[in-house]
Amino acid sequence: MNAHAALLIDFGSTYTKLRAVDLDEARLIGTGQGPSTVRTDIRIGMRAALSDLEAKLGALPRFRYRLASSSAAGGLRMVTIGLVRELTVEAARQAALGAGAKLVGTFTNKLTRSDVEAIDALAPDIILLAGGTDGGNTEVVVHNAKMLAQIKTDAPIVYAGNRVAADDARELLAGRSLTVADNVMPELGKLASESARDAIRQIFIARIVHAKGIDRAQEMFDDVLMPTPAAVMEGARLLADGAGGEPGLGELLVVDPGGATTDVHSIASGESSSGAIQKGMPEPRIKRTVEGDLGMRHTAASVVEAAGVERIAQQANISVAGVGAMLERIAENVEMIPQTPAEHAFDRALLATAIEIAVRRHAGTVETVYTTMGPATVQYGKDLTRIEFVVATGGAPIHLGDHDALLEAMRSAPSDPRSLRPRAPHLYLDRDYILYAIGLLASVDPQTALRLARRSITPADRAKEVAQ
Amino acid sequence: MPGLGRTLVTGVIGSDTHIVGNRILTMALEEAGYKVVSLGALTPAGEFIAAAVETNADAILVSSLYGQGELDCRGFRELCIEAGLQDILIYVGGNLVVGKQPWEEVEQRFLAMGFDRAFPPGTRTEDVVAILAQDFTAREKVG
Repeated sequence: MNAHAALLIDFGSTYTKLRAVDLDEARLIGTGQGPSTVRTDIRIGMRAALSDLEAKLGALPRFRYRLASSSAAGGLRMVTIGLVRELTVEAARQAALGAGAKLVGTFTNKLTRSDVEAIDALAPDIILLAGGTDGGNTEVVVHNAKMLAQIKTDAPIVYAGNRVAADDARELLAGRSLTVADNVMPELGKLASESARDAIRQIFIARIVHAKGIDRAQEMFDDVLMPTPAAVMEGARLLADGAGGEPGLGELLVVDPGGATTDVHSIASGESSSGAIQKGMPEPRIKRTVEGDLGMRHTAASVVEAAGVERIAQQANISVAGVGAMLERIAENVEMIPQTPAEHAFDRALLATAIEIAVRRHAGTVETVYTTMGPATVQYGKDLTRIEFVVATGGAPIHLGDHDALLEAMRSAPSDPRSLRPRAPHLYLDRDYILYAIGLLASVDPQTALRLARRSITPADRAKEVAQ
Repeated sequence: MPGLGRTLVTGVIGSDTHIVGNRILTMALEEAGYKVVSLGALTPAGEFIAAAVETNADAILVSSLYGQGELDCRGFRELCIEAGLQDILIYVGGNLVVGKQPWEEVEQRFLAMGFDRAFPPGTRTEDVVAILAQDFTAREKVG
């Protein structure tokens, strides 16, 4: 076993997952899994995962890199604050989601005393305070800094609001852990989340990893670099854009249905393909949305609710009463793995529905307005119609099969012409759940990470052939 | 420079695509030293107000050229009040109504809706710049 190997760790909420990669060959050489033991002692799960990997490999290689991401202990829980809902509130949300955070609270305009209490009750890991364009409104963001000085939790605060009010915020929040970043919306209609995102990531590395007890295992790894969703996003970005002169796949979409939420990432400009007039907030090229009500287990009932029970029943070919029974069984055991054909069919219906709704919410819309010059098309959000590649990651899309149905679910439909979903995408599968590992590896060796991505993330139909 | 340190929001309201006059006005306002947040054509009323809140604008200048201005502008002042901008200066100008109606009546209607000024078609940009400076000065004296 050569020494040119990397160990990529995901301290997840349920499992501790390992991916061992041969760096010369850019190839996955083994996987290991243990329980998530962050609430007791993170080392227990890590040791279990390492021995699982060792059993598969015969012996553990000497690792050149041992990098980790984490979504354990609730993930990176963030509260965001802005001024106007469609503007700095949204810009702050985008910045937090782009940093891989889980949003637990979003506040608009002036914080009240009950808002402050609510923030204390939420006990976020980081608070992002935005509001006002540079030179714009200072009143609200200064008020909010004053209110945040009263919170009891010692959550670090990232200030990314009106530049003109930054000194006031610094004074008001003296004695608190405060990082001042660039404004997430320096001028109206302009997003600038990089600085805030970097600040969030630095705090994550410097403080959150310790606060969550992940650093107890620090002799077992070199660095915890980022929250897992951020690692998945980095992996997606590399796969789309390429590295070191080597091209990637081009614009793409990643769908990541989980037990509680469905994440969608797009790496795409989102510009209109039909000359529509773009209105509303500008869209980040790398965009992540998290649907907190669309998951396969914890939120299965709300997926059924969103789609309508009859539709799920019809898709799964079971009775309406049968849907209720399935949901009860899932509620009793959220770790349930489908066994019977009916359970499989139900999960497939859930999955297709969750993906359909999540992609529809992620994609932009068009609307026709009738002007004196004739009809004009106005676009809100991202135009994803030209997207050629959709990557499905996570356990469900890989194990449940029926990839044609998944493609059908996320594709634009004649019944919904306003939605700018991909028109004719190809489905690629992250069969080895390796996208997060690619994202981590990209930070030290992007070229190898890209080769690994091109090799492991493959068209669904080819995956089918391999499976047979 | 009358505009120094002041921020204005401009745009064409409703389903109106006539952007040229609004652009010319925007350029004149910038030349007068204002910081102008230009929202362009096809702008719903709510977007003017959201932009004014976030940028702490001193005035909103609404253009409407296609004759539907009265419908589009209905409730504009109320939206401002709702957003905490009760004192913001709001102007409207362009071909505000359909057909031949006496300008005085049209102006009265828009003033009754809560606009501080209404401008008929053919207004020169320098007149708008002068009146704006005058209104700001008057407000400073009162305030």
